[in-house]
Amino acid sequence: MGPALKLVAQRIALGLLLLLLVSALIFAGTQILPGDVAQSILGQSATPEALANLRQELGLNDPAITRYFSWLFNALQGDLGTALTNGQDIAQSIGGRMMNTLFLAFWAAVIAVPLAIFLGLLAVRYRDRWPDKLISAVTLASISIPEFLIGYVIMYFIAVRLRWFPSVAMINDSMTLGQKLSAIAMPVMVLTLVVLAHMMRMTRAAILNVMQSAYIETAELKGLNRFQVIFRHAFPNSIAPIVNVVMLNLAYLVVGVVVIEVVFTYPGMGQYLVDHVSKRDVPVVQACGLIFAAVYIGLNMVADIVSILSNPRLRHPK
Amino acid sequence: MMRIPFAAAVGLTFTALYFLAAIFAPLLAPYGMAEVVGDVWEPSSAEHWLGTDNIGRDLLTRLIYGGRTTIFIATAATVLSFTTGAILGFLAAVLGGWADQVMSRAVDLLMSIPTLIFALVVLSVMPVTVPMLILVMGLLDSTRVYRLARAVAVDINVMDFVEAARLRGEGRGWVIFREILPNALSPLVAEMGMRFIFMVLFVSTLSFLGLGVQPPSADWGGIVKENKDGIVYGIPAALLPAVAIATLAISVNLVADWVLNRTTSLKGGRG
Repeated sequence: MGPALKLVAQRIALGLLLLLLVSALIFAGTQILPGDVAQSILGQSATPEALANLRQELGLNDPAITRYFSWLFNALQGDLGTALTNGQDIAQSIGGRMMNTLFLAFWAAVIAVPLAIFLGLLAVRYRDRWPDKLISAVTLASISIPEFLIGYVIMYFIAVRLRWFPSVAMINDSMTLGQKLSAIAMPVMVLTLVVLAHMMRMTRAAILNVMQSAYIETAELKGLNRFQVIFRHAFPNSIAPIVNVVMLNLAYLVVGVVVIEVVFTYPGMGQYLVDHVSKRDVPVVQACGLIFAAVYIGLNMVADIVSILSNPRLRHPK
Repeated sequence: MMRIPFAAAVGLTFTALYFLAAIFAPLLAPYGMAEVVGDVWEPSSAEHWLGTDNIGRDLLTRLIYGGRTTIFIATAATVLSFTTGAILGFLAAVLGGWADQVMSRAVDLLMSIPTLIFALVVLSVMPVTVPMLILVMGLLDSTRVYRLARAVAVDINVMDFVEAARLRGEGRGWVIFREILPNALSPLVAEMGMRFIFMVLFVSTLSFLGLGVQPPSADWGGIVKENKDGIVYGIPAALLPAVAIATLAISVNLVADWVLNRTTSLKGGRG
């Protein structure tokens, strides 16, 4: 396990460094940009007193570096500050919403990942025949429409025309799991469609790449049928790239969730973020931005670690 | 004259139609951009081909003007992203050494944050105006162009003709614009189609979230936002921009695919 372990440790250290730099970038993005933050929050018509008060409240009179480090240390201890708009503790407001968002993303992933891999394999099996062509056509269509429009199209036909599900996805703690699942059925459907296309395409490409190796030709010449070749020989060797694809798409899901939550007025973190961006509530935006970025970086890191661990050449050094 | 495959011809036609409609919007649109001409959410009729929107404006007019805004912003952002990304990418490849390292690591850092999230963070303190949107979208997206441009330029940079130009005593500007740029153009042009579509989707998403083009200006994302309440009553007005965005995106995709195929076959790759 020597070299693999070292690589993993390196990758984790890199991830942490990246996270630190990203936190600085998010902070800088809201603080050191040209223009006065207090002015842009309150607008042009603000009185000088109100501006001075807000500057005091945001600590804008301290140097930026001091503010950054105090923000970072507080955030590390779970204190994300208070929202400007309603004075509530941000960590408290985010807690429940984060669970909701993870719940939604989790079920989308549970459905999308196996389906994408299966369809990807199917596309390879029937390469250049109608199932493959149909799959690529659907893929092209679904990456050409923004997520929120897919959401409304599905809402229009399924919730309004067919009346199968309610058109808003409200959930609360008193609901049973079944009720919750039925409430999030439509957002899950949309998220699945959104990531399915990318995942299928990349799975197909990963397996086709392996299919060009010499040992696949050997297996074919041995007389195995196409399914056996794909499952026994091509699939095991494309696990690393496929896991990578899956992780990248889960990271993509994190962003897709923001928009979909707004479409279905789902009480999650994405909606919280968007609401507070338009209210120019900087502390909330920073906190949400940091969390979304951390999840994104974390998933990318896991993808890299899995591909290191699944490489037998690193696992069994000579 | 080279033959244009059917799919590419369809793509080119539709793309051209959309751009022409965007340019000549004031001549084509039957009514004024923000003119209230009828009742709320009228169904389609001879006067209003696509019906009216949530406050009684002609929907076809809104869509034409909306396309104009969306296409203009997406085009401007794509141009900005390509100039910045390509020049920095070529520069990194030609300079090499620490300049390349600094730029590439900075781009890695920027790309480690989801684009939409970072755009939201920045827009929370910046005034939401059209030039600002173009700037934020263009610069955030230039990281992707940078990576492609640098990768292509690193390959070209070691070729004999570039070496010959250097030995001739040409400066960096010449090497970048006269030696590398013409040879890197085809992959970049194909990528441009993808970036343009991404920009259309991006600006639509921002407008839909209320953080893009501000009313009363029309754009495709904003039309969805304005009419989304109608969905629950079974009024499909908010879905029309979907058709517009999807047809535009698919047409540009078809053109980009064709350009990409042509360029790979030029290099002897698989078509």
